Amino acid sequence: MSAVSAAPAPAPAPAPAAAPVRARRARWYRQPTLMAGLVLLAIILFMCYGAPLLTTFNPDTQNLLQPLLGVGQGGHLLGTDQEGRDTFARLLYGGQVDLRVAVIAVIFPFILGTILGSLAGYFGGWVDAIIMRIIDIVVAFPFFVLVIALVFVLGTGEKSIYIAITAVGWVSYARITRGEITVAKRQEYVLAAQSGGLSSLRIIGRHLLPNVVTQSIVYAMSDIVQDILAIVTLSYLGLGIQPPTPDWGTMISAGQNFLTTQWQLTTIPGLAVVITGLALSLVGDGLADLLRTGTS
Amino acid sequence: MGRMSFVLRRLVLLVPTAVGVTIITFFMVHLIPGNPAVTILGQRANPTTVAALDGQLGLNQPLIEQYWLFIDRLLHGNLGQSLYYGVPVSGLITSRLPATLWLLCYAAVIAVAISVPLATLAASRKDAVRDHVVRVVPLLGLGMPAFWLGLILQTWLGVKVRLFPVTGYGQGFTGHLRSMFLPALTVAVALCPVLIRSLRASMLGVLGAEFVTTARAKGVPTPRLLVRHVLRNAVIPAVTVLGINIGYLIGGTLIVEQVFAVPGIGSLMIEAIFERDFTVIQSVALVYGVLVVLVNLLTDMAYVALDPRVRFDA
Repeated sequence: MSAVSAAPAPAPAPAPAAAPVRARRARWYRQPTLMAGLVLLAIILFMCYGAPLLTTFNPDTQNLLQPLLGVGQGGHLLGTDQEGRDTFARLLYGGQVDLRVAVIAVIFPFILGTILGSLAGYFGGWVDAIIMRIIDIVVAFPFFVLVIALVFVLGTGEKSIYIAITAVGWVSYARITRGEITVAKRQEYVLAAQSGGLSSLRIIGRHLLPNVVTQSIVYAMSDIVQDILAIVTLSYLGLGIQPPTPDWGTMISAGQNFLTTQWQLTTIPGLAVVITGLALSLVGDGLADLLRTGTS
Repeated sequence: MGRMSFVLRRLVLLVPTAVGVTIITFFMVHLIPGNPAVTILGQRANPTTVAALDGQLGLNQPLIEQYWLFIDRLLHGNLGQSLYYGVPVSGLITSRLPATLWLLCYAAVIAVAISVPLATLAASRKDAVRDHVVRVVPLLGLGMPAFWLGLILQTWLGVKVRLFPVTGYGQGFTGHLRSMFLPALTVAVALCPVLIRSLRASMLGVLGAEFVTTARAKGVPTPRLLVRHVLRNAVIPAVTVLGINIGYLIGGTLIVEQVFAVPGIGSLMIEAIFERDFTVIQSVALVYGVLVVLVNLLTDMAYVALDPRVRFDA
């Protein structure tokens, strides 16, 4: 946003430009979707990262004398799993792992996609043609197919998850950024920067990107949801987070053998994924609404 | 430009994408860290087996030649030999493909059957309670792991209520229809949020059009107006959205097939992952890529067929 505030002339001019910004700032907490999402997300983050305050059990401590306890039995809020580990503790600590991996997994494709998309959008011509052809090829593969195949090929573990998701996920950011930059590069402030003799890299980095990156940030919210799903799915298949590290996917996978007797082992971690997804989707939707009303 | 040349043009544009798809699947084996043959066979494999696999995968030849060999085989319908089953991969895939295609079509039908009424309900009164409910509830589907929903449906509707078979593909058309209902519903749930959202948005757009005002002024009853005038026009952008998300839909079948033991190419791929059967994984990924490209082509065609206003020179 620094480019926006730096661009207009000194005294009287900023009024029309500043008004919507101020209105937007004043309005964000009145956006019900955004607020609901943020509150839900805050609760989830507090529960996961405040886990030591909420449970005294260690998520990894086995108690083979008390396996598969039901809800509330033996002082275990959500019972225990087949190895006697506290389900509630594993749920909270598992959330830490999944959220951390999902957020990190969004950063790399965001950066790569934004760079490639801005190059394609700004320079056009053959640079654009090549990048767009690569995008066409990557999107020809279903997301899960390519991610699962890549993680299999690269070997299980966190690093492979990051590489696989980056290799597949960058295309959306590239498409968004390219589209925005293709429009924005014809605007006067860019023409002014160009005639001022600034280098292309500086124009993209300092002038264009700060103005177009918000769309990608909004998209990143829904992308985190997709990444959580990918991580949980990979873990369910045994390709993602490796035991004994707690994670929602392995919890669902381990609990499925006891689904008819101990429903909570599978149902609760799945619900955790759904609720986290809902929170992030609400935040994404709210941000998008905010930007739409802010710009119109 | 005529209809025929539009189709031809689309087909020609497919060529670079199809070549790209083969390049990516070809290079997968080279992403394997270390010696791919050793990684595939495991550290304790004896050198003779490793050398044999090197030969079979063509890993002992220069890269360009390896790719030519790969393409040459592909054009002859030869996807290689399964490392685990020891039979040609093409045979495995052709025997498994019908179940996947069934699942896909069934899921698309269910998704449309759920989305159209809900989107109509939401768009019929913007910002009313029903609109908010229809907008928020499907968001739950966005973050729902397909395999988890599958397990839950399986337990409740399959094991406890015994309404539907728990696993399998079923016999004959009605058998498939019954057996594949739960897997298809699971796949459809992931697609509905996107579909409802786009359909609602385009219906709201159409509702503002002048011909709708005219129809209202003529006294066309609201239900009839929504179905005959609004929905017909709003469905076209929704088909595009369905087409764009078809890759996601197809990817969703992978894990759902595994959960419901549907004998499709998705469960074949996951079995292959457990057995470290690289040639099968590579081939199934290739088939999925081709499938998405073909379905995208079909969506383009459907778009043209649905809307006579679409011009062929796009």
